[in-house]
Amino acid sequence: MSRAAIFWLVAAIVLAALPPAVSAIGQPFYIDLVRRIMILAIAAASLNLILGYGGLVSFGHAAYLGIGAYSVGILGVYGITNGWLHWLVAIGASALVAAAIGAVSIRTSGVYFIMITLAFTQMLYYLGISLEVFGGDDGMRLKARSALGIVDLANPVQFYYLCLALMLGVLLLIHRIVHSRFGMVLRAAKSNEARSRAIGFSPYPYRLAAFVIAGAICGLAGALYANHTNYITPGLMSWVQSGDLMFMVILGGIASTAGPMLGAFALVLLEELLKGWTEYWQVILGPLLVLSVIFFKRGLAGIFGRSDA
Amino acid sequence: MLEVRNLVKAFGALRATDGIDLAVREGETHAIIGPNGAGKTTFISQLAGNLVPDSGRIFFAGEDITALKAPRRARKGLARSFQITSIYPEFTALENVALAVQAHAGHSFRFWRPAFADAALTEPARKILDDVGLAPRSGVLAANLAHGEQRQLEVAMALATRPRLLLLDEPMAGMGIEESQRMIAFLGTLKQRHTIVLVEHDMDAVFRLADRISVLVYGRLIATGEPEAIRANPEVRAAYLGEDA
Repeated sequence: MSRAAIFWLVAAIVLAALPPAVSAIGQPFYIDLVRRIMILAIAAASLNLILGYGGLVSFGHAAYLGIGAYSVGILGVYGITNGWLHWLVAIGASALVAAAIGAVSIRTSGVYFIMITLAFTQMLYYLGISLEVFGGDDGMRLKARSALGIVDLANPVQFYYLCLALMLGVLLLIHRIVHSRFGMVLRAAKSNEARSRAIGFSPYPYRLAAFVIAGAICGLAGALYANHTNYITPGLMSWVQSGDLMFMVILGGIASTAGPMLGAFALVLLEELLKGWTEYWQVILGPLLVLSVIFFKRGLAGIFGRSDA
Repeated sequence: MLEVRNLVKAFGALRATDGIDLAVREGETHAIIGPNGAGKTTFISQLAGNLVPDSGRIFFAGEDITALKAPRRARKGLARSFQITSIYPEFTALENVALAVQAHAGHSFRFWRPAFADAALTEPARKILDDVGLAPRSGVLAANLAHGEQRQLEVAMALATRPRLLLLDEPMAGMGIEESQRMIAFLGTLKQRHTIVLVEHDMDAVFRLADRISVLVYGRLIATGEPEAIRANPEVRAAYLGEDA
């Protein structure tokens, strides 16, 4: 069995065994915590598709987290609770917005791309703040959770397993995409754009498609996040949230399958741990992240073996 | 095959390409020589579509391609290699060539099947690596190949696009004597099957390979002709060949 296979087997078993284990020791709080981490891992994985494999350093990926969450919240206000419809709208709206933002921003590169993706997301953030009907600055409680029929999202354990399954599914999907012909065009254009153009690839449509796929997947994460917190807030679209997602990707290991998951676990657990110690946890977390970027260039995934494990 | 009419490209006051007319015949190896700074790379970049000319036209196989971007020209059969090695360093030699094959195997909006497990891409790539003599190194990361091997890989990638015209920008750049000799022999076999525009400093290579030679000085073509005629041309000798041929 390869190292990658062992890694995934162990990860799946540990995550699957977690709910009964923490219930047995009377700490069900961890079900909630790990569920949140897995949702963020889905978002980070989608960012990794464009940032890690495509070289598109989007500093506005939280936009789709917000769009997904607001889709659930807004549909709920109008009495629509069908979860499948929630997902469809969350994914569809995110894909549409990503197509519009991507169509403009992918024509730029470097710092301009970073700034333009940030600017678009800030626009959405302020739109969220100005939407008084949907809670404005304070945000809003969900009227009802997404009703999926087969899974009850009000049941913490069922919701946990849904997130686990979706996270593993998304990681597999992205793994397949980046090794497919499509993924090769994306990675080749990142590696050497002039060479790609010289052999006949036009990177733009492929990058745009990747941007839309990443947005759509992150939209699903947003829909899950709204159900997780049972609350929507413009803060989900803030640049801090975008930065957190980037940190998860970089900390976990850019352009690796498991990286975003490892990064999400590391960042959130570290945050929780430090919060338990001191009120000024950010003063410690900041330097730790800087050191980790300096010393683990390939991220946490690099510790486990080849970067595409 | 390739026809250039009154091509002009200026960078500020510098006319790097100053009214070039050139016709490359099907099947020939046409060398472009000239002193440093003569505008050779600027010229070839316009042929490949990496630079937009200020005026003039470029025709390829009878079609006006002046307005086409580099990827479109590549798909029409214009392949270029770069003066400064341009490969995918974090992919293996085989994967580099397989990518070039893929670029000409229809669209790449295929999301699920692993590309490098696809014999439709890897088999042609293997064959080309075999042709250029890189087969034993096919599994090595391109970054870890020797300089000469990377130059060979460049040519292999150009070949993988099944080109109708090869634009080779100093394929011998930075090579040792032995590597150069091997590359010249290899290009000698290539010219049997391909139309080639060759930009090269190595006069030995140029006179051994070229069917015709054009001499570029300060953005202008001062002569075009068979190697013997070029060698004998007094203007060329004065401008360029005098020192080293």
